[in-house]
Amino acid sequence: MGGMNQTTPHPRRAELIQGLLAILPADSVLYEPEDLRPYECDGLSAYRALPMVVALPSSVEQVQAVMRLAYRLKVPVVARGAGTGLSGGALPRADGLLLSLARLKSILAIDPIARTARVQPGVRNLAISEAARPYGLYYAPDPSSQIACTIGGNVAENSGGVHCLKYGLTVHNVLKLEVVTVEGERLTLGSDALDAPGYDLLALMTGSEGLLAVVVEATVRLLPLPERAQVLLAAFDDVARAGAAVGAIIAAGIIPAGLEMMDNPAIRAAEAFVQAGYPVEAAAILLVELDGTNAEVSEQVMRVRELLLASGAREVRTARDEAERQLFWKGRKAAFPAVGRISPDYYCMDGTIPRRRLPEVLERIAQLSQAYGLAVANVFHAGDGNLHPLILYDANRPGELERTEELGQRILELCVEVGGTITGEHGVGVEKLAGMCAQFGAAELAQFHAVKAAFDPDGLLNPGKAVPTLHRCAEFGAMHVHGGNPRFPELPRF
Amino acid sequence: MLPTADLTEDLAERVRAAYAAGTPLAIVGGGTKAWLGRPLHGERLDVSGHRGIVSYEPTELTLTARAGTPLAEIEAALAERGQCLAFEPPHFLVKVAQRLSKLPSPASGRGDGGEGLATLGGTVACNLSGPARPYTGACRDFVLGVRLINGRGEVLRFGGEVMKNVAGYDLSRLMAGAQGTLGVLLEVSLKVLPRPPAELTLALELDAAAAVERFNAWAGQPLPITAACHVGERAYVRLSGAEAAVRAARQRLGGEVIEAGAAFWQSVRELEHGFFKAPGVLWRLSLPPAAPVDLKLRQFIDWGGAQRWVVSDAELWDLAAAAGGHATRYHKSRASDSPRSPPPQAGEGLGVREPFMAGTSASMSGGDLSAMNGYRGGRRDRVFQPLNPALLALHRRLKAAFDPKGILNPGRLYPEL
Repeated sequence: MGGMNQTTPHPRRAELIQGLLAILPADSVLYEPEDLRPYECDGLSAYRALPMVVALPSSVEQVQAVMRLAYRLKVPVVARGAGTGLSGGALPRADGLLLSLARLKSILAIDPIARTARVQPGVRNLAISEAARPYGLYYAPDPSSQIACTIGGNVAENSGGVHCLKYGLTVHNVLKLEVVTVEGERLTLGSDALDAPGYDLLALMTGSEGLLAVVVEATVRLLPLPERAQVLLAAFDDVARAGAAVGAIIAAGIIPAGLEMMDNPAIRAAEAFVQAGYPVEAAAILLVELDGTNAEVSEQVMRVRELLLASGAREVRTARDEAERQLFWKGRKAAFPAVGRISPDYYCMDGTIPRRRLPEVLERIAQLSQAYGLAVANVFHAGDGNLHPLILYDANRPGELERTEELGQRILELCVEVGGTITGEHGVGVEKLAGMCAQFGAAELAQFHAVKAAFDPDGLLNPGKAVPTLHRCAEFGAMHVHGGNPRFPELPRF
Repeated sequence: MLPTADLTEDLAERVRAAYAAGTPLAIVGGGTKAWLGRPLHGERLDVSGHRGIVSYEPTELTLTARAGTPLAEIEAALAERGQCLAFEPPHFLVKVAQRLSKLPSPASGRGDGGEGLATLGGTVACNLSGPARPYTGACRDFVLGVRLINGRGEVLRFGGEVMKNVAGYDLSRLMAGAQGTLGVLLEVSLKVLPRPPAELTLALELDAAAAVERFNAWAGQPLPITAACHVGERAYVRLSGAEAAVRAARQRLGGEVIEAGAAFWQSVRELEHGFFKAPGVLWRLSLPPAAPVDLKLRQFIDWGGAQRWVVSDAELWDLAAAAGGHATRYHKSRASDSPRSPPPQAGEGLGVREPFMAGTSASMSGGDLSAMNGYRGGRRDRVFQPLNPALLALHRRLKAAFDPKGILNPGRLYPEL
């Protein structure tokens, strides 16, 4: 476990504080330990460090001035939005400045004609959809933490959501970014048109985990709200059939808005927690959400029902009304806290695999689970192959934490082995640096570092995250939840 | 179907040798988009022989193929399983390429290496998308992963064959539109989609300004629109999706059903519609979709208002920038237009077999870096909207991060890259 970040304070701490106080009002510069405490970790609370100083700018000009100062003093900078990330991407450094974008929280413009929203980075994901709703529009990417997470963080992590098979990730829904470079220079990436000249720096910035520049404004694409959404629940006696059913739906030319799978341990935990009416004997359930026009949804519900039954579902239910649709989803959305209830601690993995390898991957996870003596429940964004195995453990038992981390690493290696990736949506942060070594060779890692140096030659932006140096390749860490109390217990996680 | 071959090692060896010697390389696929960029100088690196579909998983919605694989072969394989490339990449077969580049007829026809056929690599390198782009996404939106050779001759793999992947910087998507200046594409993995079960094209009598207004209003409603353009005094709208959805939308939108809808959109996608055959310089203006229509311009409005084709002898850079977008000059300036270049020799290095040698220095076979560095194109050679100095400086550093000696398609996008 990474634990505390023990770097010694920067020799220029006093100079930094003084410089910041010349740029920002006194209440926007924090340096007393009790003021720094709320910033010591993000959603991956097993890693903690007090930042040296926290700056809370409230304008782009202030962000630029802060960056110029930090650049001159060569102080590392960690940018932070709402701090809901699950991989330690916003973990502060004891020798660094934590740059909070939380006060840049204005929705600058909603353009209902061009269907765009121009927002500051500290605007919450859900707030964009709420502001667009009067125009019949919404912002499609919907990470489970959407009531709290901010668009700046979404860009940094390339956040997805339950609906991304059909509507894409953050990278598919951002048109333009205003960023501030490590030198404090403001750049526009992308445009109000559908493309921009030169390299696709918009794509490069999205998912770069705060290592390349600081996002100070985003223009995002808004989509028309679908006329109707309908959900089906199918129960299966074995997971292979459930996996095959997903393939059959897609082969039939239907792209569901949401397509989720849970295995038996996850079903049982969720049902015990929220009584969604799930069939607890089933080996797996599938939730299939269809959206679109009324006519389209009616047509597709019939077809998907037939396909599910033909694929061997022993039961298919269609939500009779909105209340039942919400209930079907409630169980899935409660899966993480439900597992948290039945185990003192759990560790959430985030691999992506080619879906056809699912039966084999689940079988091998079951074998690993037995070998390590640790139970695993699986929830799966089945449409896009993003698997969240939840390893159940008890940190109070000597050695169990270490065994859990080892099992987690084995699972990520398995994902890479079958042609997948170590992180589908949570990011690398500090958590999956070891996994990066499993996924990429030395030459690829060197290319990543060269790209980083093109933006940030001194390595001041979020150093030590996302891309491991070769000698750090042995380290790894994890999202651990103790006593069912994650860092943001009020946030849904799925 | 052409034979498949894995030339990874040969190509990497060529790049390593070029890196050692500092020799610029001109990367060639099918040569169909040779005219869409600044002229290239350097040793020809032909990737069209590196071809074949490596994997295609219809139920995963993923396809991986080598860069030299003809686009037509990929589309045929997808069609067999009822799927497609939803971004509708234009092929620009030889006749279009000739018209747009004003090249003389090729001395020889299609060669045994598949020249003259659009390849996957060229498609992704140019990041071109057809009429569906505003509704289904651009080429870059469908890129899941790549294998490439960087400017040091190292074979690297980024991204993967899965929909969600946030491990490391998104260097695969960065290759889309980079025109080979950051790496030689070896393999690309794409997301593919089912073909819609029903499709219908409607035509409505509207002037350009009213059409743009209508396109934007419709795009804000849950309608199954997958293309919308305006030419002459008519707006054309394509509806795609479930049978019932298309039927309902048709009733709502009104207008007249165009029987040859598919052929019409094909002519838009490939720039073969009569509009594009007018004499003069063809400009592509990429604008905010609701940007006001400049009625003085003779234009073809596509992408629901976001892409406007204009035939004009005036330079449109400033006009595009003022409207919040950017311009691309689709007619390559003729080699003979440039005062510093020798007149082209007809049939010598100008046909599809040597498409990248068709520029100002066709005689510079072999290439020479110092000559390259001394070369600075003026406005006449400009193809892409200029970048501001800060952005250009970043582009140069990024180029150097992939290609420290500047040997990969140097000068293709901008003289400085």
